[in-house]
Amino acid sequence: MPQPMSPHFVFDIAHLLAGAMVLISLMMLYQDRLPALIKVFALQAVALAASVAWQAYAHDAPHLYVTAGIAILFKGLVIPVALHRMVARLGIHRQVETALATGPTMLAGIGLVGLSLVVMLPVTATSDPLAREDLAFALSVVLLGFLMMVTRRNAVSQIIGFMSMENGLILAAAGAKGMPLVVEISVAFSVLIAFIILGVFLFRIRERFDTVDVDALDRFRGGRA
Amino acid sequence: MADGATAAAAALGSTPTGPLSGLLFLIVAFAAIALAAPRLARRPGGSALVYGASFIAATLGLLSALAGLVCAPETLVLPLGLPWIGAHFRLDALSALFALVVNLGGAAASLYAIGYGRHEHAPERVLPFFPAFLGAMNLVLVAADAYSFLFGWELMSLASWALVIAHDKSAENLKAGFVYIVMATFGTLMLMLAFALLAGPSGAYAFADMERAPHGALVTALVLGLALVGAGSKAGLVPLHVWLPLAHPAAPSHVSALMSGVMTKVAIYGFIRIVFELAGPPDWWWGIPVLAAGGITATLGVLQAMLQADMKRVLAFSTIENIGIIFVGLGLALAFKGNGLEAAGALALTAGLFHVLNHALFKNLLFFGAGAVLNATGERSLEQLGGLIHRMPTTAAVMLVGAAAISALPPLNGFASEWLTFQAILLSPELAPWGLKLLVPAVGALLALAAALAAACFVRLYGIAFLGRPRTGAAAEAREVDRWSRGTMIGLATLCVLAGILPGPVIDALQQVVSPLMGARMPVQGDVAWLSIIPVGESRSSYNGLLVFVFILISAGLAAVLIHRFASRALRRAPAWDCGFPLNDPRTQYSASSFAQPIRRVFASGLFRAREDVTMPPPGDLSPARIRLSGDDPAWRLIYAPLTTMVDALSARANVLPHLTIRQYLGIVFSALILLLLVLAIWP
Repeated sequence: MPQPMSPHFVFDIAHLLAGAMVLISLMMLYQDRLPALIKVFALQAVALAASVAWQAYAHDAPHLYVTAGIAILFKGLVIPVALHRMVARLGIHRQVETALATGPTMLAGIGLVGLSLVVMLPVTATSDPLAREDLAFALSVVLLGFLMMVTRRNAVSQIIGFMSMENGLILAAAGAKGMPLVVEISVAFSVLIAFIILGVFLFRIRERFDTVDVDALDRFRGGRA
Repeated sequence: MADGATAAAAALGSTPTGPLSGLLFLIVAFAAIALAAPRLARRPGGSALVYGASFIAATLGLLSALAGLVCAPETLVLPLGLPWIGAHFRLDALSALFALVVNLGGAAASLYAIGYGRHEHAPERVLPFFPAFLGAMNLVLVAADAYSFLFGWELMSLASWALVIAHDKSAENLKAGFVYIVMATFGTLMLMLAFALLAGPSGAYAFADMERAPHGALVTALVLGLALVGAGSKAGLVPLHVWLPLAHPAAPSHVSALMSGVMTKVAIYGFIRIVFELAGPPDWWWGIPVLAAGGITATLGVLQAMLQADMKRVLAFSTIENIGIIFVGLGLALAFKGNGLEAAGALALTAGLFHVLNHALFKNLLFFGAGAVLNATGERSLEQLGGLIHRMPTTAAVMLVGAAAISALPPLNGFASEWLTFQAILLSPELAPWGLKLLVPAVGALLALAAALAAACFVRLYGIAFLGRPRTGAAAEAREVDRWSRGTMIGLATLCVLAGILPGPVIDALQQVVSPLMGARMPVQGDVAWLSIIPVGESRSSYNGLLVFVFILISAGLAAVLIHRFASRALRRAPAWDCGFPLNDPRTQYSASSFAQPIRRVFASGLFRAREDVTMPPPGDLSPARIRLSGDDPAWRLIYAPLTTMVDALSARANVLPHLTIRQYLGIVFSALILLLLVLAIWP
């Protein structure tokens, strides 16, 4: 380190970046057009990379730079571009998706953030304050991603919700400073593979049902939408 | 983890060649035999090779167990199993005693199967699981942490389940396998809960930690209940016994012998280990549920044995009876110890453990005999047999020894252990609580009834199958079985006689097990004159098996000499008295069900709903009169039938679950997560 920084400064920057991720997750909740949603997702990946890189710098853990690199390369670039092209090829980039009204969704999202703070802070009372806040934010990101998967009916937005959950996991892992690089890389690759498989499935679904609205699948199965 | 590794290194360094390492090595050997078996099964003579190897391994295990009985307890921690716990192993006198039973039974079954297994038509379905079953039982006995114990326990259940459904062509066997696996899973679940309670919130899964930790009264009471249900379902306590009469006869006979004679003992080992050692000192009332379960099990088991026509089912129900007797011994030990009478408790526990050993001996012998009969005639039903004493003299002789031993006739081993149990019951007036003072004699009465009924049951089994005239062509053309089978049965019969006429050394050896558990021991029997045994004091009671044996030998010899000397030697042939029936059909003999009729009418018409439907043709009609017997097990009717109805209804309700939409599934997962987080947030 070139010069000693005050611990407050380190803490504040980490706090800011992790808070930004939660904010971006909340932003994702009310995007009702897919291209916009993909862009916000890319932004979250950038925030994740910045947050992880800051952890690497602050804790002097160079392997976390690799994690940050992976995040920005795959989640910030490769996956959003691929998703854009997929959405364009499917011809659904102009569709407006309405699952649940914006107001209640946002209220639910805020409730989830509150819940994760209430759960995490007492549980981790003895650990390092930086890790504590990070864990609370990470849990919020995971829960918000899950909420998006539950409320959306378009398969593409469900995929994005899934990957946003994974962003939260990476944030938690980077804060815990216990996760080895091998695990991280394997997680990143498994997410990538899941993404590829889901992409293939999307096209197969479209071929057969002429839509990627998952409710169509349910109608086909005879279930109740 | 690091601690475990150093401890393992230390343990490995200190005791490289004790009996415990021997047993662990043999478990690996059993696994190797099991792995090699599928390949060997296809070759001619492969079956003899597998059973021969199992015999050698089990014999070495027997020697290790004998060494373990005299050596000091040994422990070993290996870095296996769960990474942060490691696998703990321990061989103390209790493990060694049961390892002795298991490997004795295993060696006998392997030796018997060298001959018996030749007739197996699907050897590849039996051979791999037989050594695996033996290895798993040994693993349960040496395990000293909950994980290894349950792993071995479950392996034992699965291997024996595979053996039960080895002959999967009959729907009956498949049903037996299904009921067995359900009950086995249930039992394991109960034991898992018991261990979880003992381990406490800190997760101390090693037995040594569980034993040291203090447990609250509520926890130990729950543990007692869970262990009684969990181990009892494996051992066959009523009403958890329903799988046993289905599964034990379904397996090939040498496996039936192992399941009945040996596996139920492993369950008893589990019960003793948990309740007598891990749960800490007993409360005064602990004996009550165990005694009640034991007494009821003994009586109901033998009553049902009396009603069966299938020879192997008779033996399976008789196993239930003997398990009841053993549990009465254990319950008495708990009652005495909980009320401060350690010496009486030592007597009761010795009686229970002695009966464990004895039952393993004679139940293996009887199942081998039933297997020999099955091989020779192809029949298991008593109604199709008869007169086998002429065609199979050796089998008949050893079966007579086994039947006399299990009926608790002196001078055989069954009498010695049941007599000790009754001696312990006679000490019950010394117990202070009135509940126990009244319960113990009642259980004693149940046990006496069970002993009398067992004698009737085996008179019926032996008389119908081996005496009289053959009822079918198959029985008339039976041939004596091969030398291996006969040799094994003779060996076991000899052991039954030896343990019966010389119970003193056995009792003294059992004190190695009893004194650490009870904190007291029985008087040293080796010092008593004339090889008698005295349970409490010389003034109260004593028994001398050798004396009875010698008396029987002398009186029988004298009678034989008198008859041969003074009776006429001329051979006379005359018509036998025909009971007023001029027909010479073997069907006019007493049948198994007619022999059981008085007992069926007195005891079974209520509880077992035993009914006789007689169809008498009208005069002039030439069709035969028919009698049809029916009856059922009250446990099925009162417990399992409502339970299955309930499960059916619940699963019909849950049937909507596979038909939800993707978002509904996600919603269910999400709300479950949120609910758990909320609980976590609100919980103090």
